[in-house]
Amino acid sequence: MAEYTFKDFKSDQEIRWCPGCGDFSILAALQRTLPQVCKEKGIEKDKIVVVSGIGCSSRLPYYMDTYGFHSIHGRATAIATGMKVANPELCVWQVSGDGDALAIGGNHFIHAIRRNIDINLMLFNNRIYGMTKGQYSPTSRLGTVTKTSPYGTVEAPFNPGSLVLGAKGTFFARSMDTELALNQEVMLAASRHNGTSVMEFLTNCMIFNNGTHADISDKEFKADRTIVLRDGEKMIFGRNRDKGIMLDGWKLKVVTIGEDGVTEDDILTHDSHSDNLGLQTMLAEMSWPEFPVALGVIRDVTANTYEEEVARQLEEVKSRAKVRDMEGLLHSGSTWEL
Amino acid sequence: MQHRVIDAKDVVIRFAGDSGDGMQLTGTLFANLSAVYGNGLSTFPDYPAEIRAPKGTVAGVSGFQVHIGSGKVNTPGDFCDMLVAMNPAALKANAKWLKRNATVLVNEDAFDDQGLDKAGFKGNPFEELHIEDRNIIVAPITRLTEESLKDSGLDFSSIHKCKNMFTLGMACFIYNRPLDYVYTYLEGRFRKKHPEMIEPNRKVVNDGFNYAANIQAVADTYTIAPGIHEKGVYRNITGNQALAWGFIAASEKSGLPLFCGSYPITPATAILEELAIHKNLGVKTMQTEDEIAGICSAIGASFAGSLAVTTTSGPGLSLKSEALGLAVMTELPLVVVDVQRAGPCTGMPTKTEQTDLNEALYGRNGESPLVVMAAHSPAHCFEAAFNAAKIAVEHMTPVLLLSEGFLGNGSEPWRIPSMNDFPAIKPRLAKADGNKFQPFKRDGETLAREWAPAGTPGLEHRVGGLEKNHAGVLSTDPENHALMVEERAEKVARVVADIPDLVIDGPESGDILLAGWGGTLGHILTAAEELRAEGKEVSRVHFDYINPLPGNTREVLSRFRKIIVCELNSGHFASLLRSTFPDMDIVGCNKVQGQVFLVKDIVESVSSELSQ
Repeated sequence: MAEYTFKDFKSDQEIRWCPGCGDFSILAALQRTLPQVCKEKGIEKDKIVVVSGIGCSSRLPYYMDTYGFHSIHGRATAIATGMKVANPELCVWQVSGDGDALAIGGNHFIHAIRRNIDINLMLFNNRIYGMTKGQYSPTSRLGTVTKTSPYGTVEAPFNPGSLVLGAKGTFFARSMDTELALNQEVMLAASRHNGTSVMEFLTNCMIFNNGTHADISDKEFKADRTIVLRDGEKMIFGRNRDKGIMLDGWKLKVVTIGEDGVTEDDILTHDSHSDNLGLQTMLAEMSWPEFPVALGVIRDVTANTYEEEVARQLEEVKSRAKVRDMEGLLHSGSTWEL
Repeated sequence: MQHRVIDAKDVVIRFAGDSGDGMQLTGTLFANLSAVYGNGLSTFPDYPAEIRAPKGTVAGVSGFQVHIGSGKVNTPGDFCDMLVAMNPAALKANAKWLKRNATVLVNEDAFDDQGLDKAGFKGNPFEELHIEDRNIIVAPITRLTEESLKDSGLDFSSIHKCKNMFTLGMACFIYNRPLDYVYTYLEGRFRKKHPEMIEPNRKVVNDGFNYAANIQAVADTYTIAPGIHEKGVYRNITGNQALAWGFIAASEKSGLPLFCGSYPITPATAILEELAIHKNLGVKTMQTEDEIAGICSAIGASFAGSLAVTTTSGPGLSLKSEALGLAVMTELPLVVVDVQRAGPCTGMPTKTEQTDLNEALYGRNGESPLVVMAAHSPAHCFEAAFNAAKIAVEHMTPVLLLSEGFLGNGSEPWRIPSMNDFPAIKPRLAKADGNKFQPFKRDGETLAREWAPAGTPGLEHRVGGLEKNHAGVLSTDPENHALMVEERAEKVARVVADIPDLVIDGPESGDILLAGWGGTLGHILTAAEELRAEGKEVSRVHFDYINPLPGNTREVLSRFRKIIVCELNSGHFASLLRSTFPDMDIVGCNKVQGQVFLVKDIVESVSSELSQ
């Protein structure tokens, strides 16, 4: 078995994203995570496939020295699904933007999640259509002014996490282009998860939506406006590590430890592996300024995967079948001789 | 009583009733037992669009026509010798298909005031339809079935469901059919789950048979001598089933696992259903969330090394257009089946047509050539699917295989072939040689690229919808684009080396050549025979391949003064031939009614051309 380094996953193609694009850091994280993925799974890199749709982020497969498929707008999920079902040994990574996955490809997105196909779906969310030069996307905030919404959008955005968990997704994680270490951590967790692993990466588009996530990603207030969830750890955040999340009846609330009698014991402990869709959905939907935005692996639960079930059923039927080849099939059932 | 026994060369029988009357089963059983008896046959189911349209209405009539003959039979027949009408609506919907001397068998019990009213009759239905001079057999089928089963212990509803078996028994007497096959069928159908149903059904069929033997109304009975003498093992097969099996056969011959991603759509659904059964042969099927996911999952499976198939009908093909372009661009093997139905849009889903040819040929953006071929009979669907798969993997191209509702639902007896008679399928799988794999480097002869399924060691590469050069590197270079456009077209054109030449039926040259494609074969063939019997000299060719056209097409067409292209559309194939061979005199014989040709449509068209 080969030991890989990130260089093994770099293709010889010139990267054509705009300078400062958030996509660069996600690409680097993927290239740095895959050696570990191969090692853990005991696979050579020829088993890795990177599939994408259309959009800026979807150019990513060309920059990876792996099998790659840059497909058509919205359909990467369907193509990745076919690959994985046809050959479950492949380790499939999908790259889609917010438009690709949630607008034109929304149907495939929810159905892959519903089926729980074992693919790693990296959703690059910059809340804008970049490749077509700046139109609003299904994750653009209400009122966003773009070329196709010169007076501001009048439609509510999707929260990708709500969509994934609403479809009873088995894995959802969130990170940001600026979080180099967390990105790799999330990718590795996705790789270890057996099923559809959706990773939302909040990315910045320098040209058409610069600073869309700056209100939470800016170094100055990141610590106060985001919370990294890790299993077994208390949901504590803030530059002074004095803020926490606790349950208040059926809702979450932000509290300050030491104020109003709140102690660390009152703060929730994260458990991505418990099948607690309600709590995990509330965590995924936390948004600033009321809450910090949750990063890290929010949900990671076990369930059968579609392709394993397909393969299992196939073997089961094979084991009790009388007809074993085409010749047998041709002569099966009702025939007569002349 | 004594009956006159008439020897018939062929007869056409149409079973018609309410959607729930079981006429499809009755027709199928009648067809099957005739096939086993050694007759040639062709069938045509004619369903309403609704699963259960309002009971007793003309919209809810379901029909099944079977044409049986002493020798080979090529069409389901234009007009029928006998119509079985289980209710007044069935009579009304089908009276126009009666021959002058036809027999009409009706279920008297359904011809009450309510039944007549629902079908829109004011008085005597036979007079209103001007068919009172036909041989009409009025039988109280419902009451006779009740009487037959009064001691069976079955409930009222179950008894009523058996009346189609009484009808089948009557038909079997009139056409001197042996009942053994029906008994074998009933055994097989009910043995496991409802053994109590075997005996009552047997009894009803027998009672129907005996009833027909005893009534005055049945004056004549007919024999159709068994005339199929080609030895072998036979089975009945529908076009949709044959297509599914052809792909399984190609999977076995190529050593490639079969993957089918599809979305249910009339009249193609049965292909997906059939493939879903055969997991024992390694078939993976996915019922996807939509048509686009159907083709895209297949493209993904193809990239992963499967023999990939997606099946659909007209509106579904429209949805798949962009992804078809992706298969053209990535040069991945893929077979797309379009079981055509009447369009545009939703059109008439249960009615047959050939109106998707233009879409198949031209329905994509950019210069987007692919192989287009067509199946010409239910059994031929097997061979057509096999050949489509062979071309796809050997020439690295998507193949669009056109079938038709008429073929998909229609059935015919099929002499079971031996898999030894089918050629090997050799996928162009790449082998690692230490050099960087160039995905679009081409074979000198066929221009096909090599296939390196994801997961193959040492052949990592990227494909996609963007234009690339031979090395697989993105390119917007004008010369490179021109070259790749030309090569993709030339690759498809060179498939001609692997397709058979046209074979002329009839004189090798002359005034009139009838040309057709797809499921019209039987009708055109029969029309040509009738014309020749009238002393009119006509020849005939049939195209199983439309892009590319067979290699001798120009040479064959040029031997005739006039070419009449018969097709169930407004002239798609004729236009293609005219633009390919502008020097030839090409006219159309067209029908766009959601119905198959009548032989007489073609005969009249040729006769009028000849008289000009």
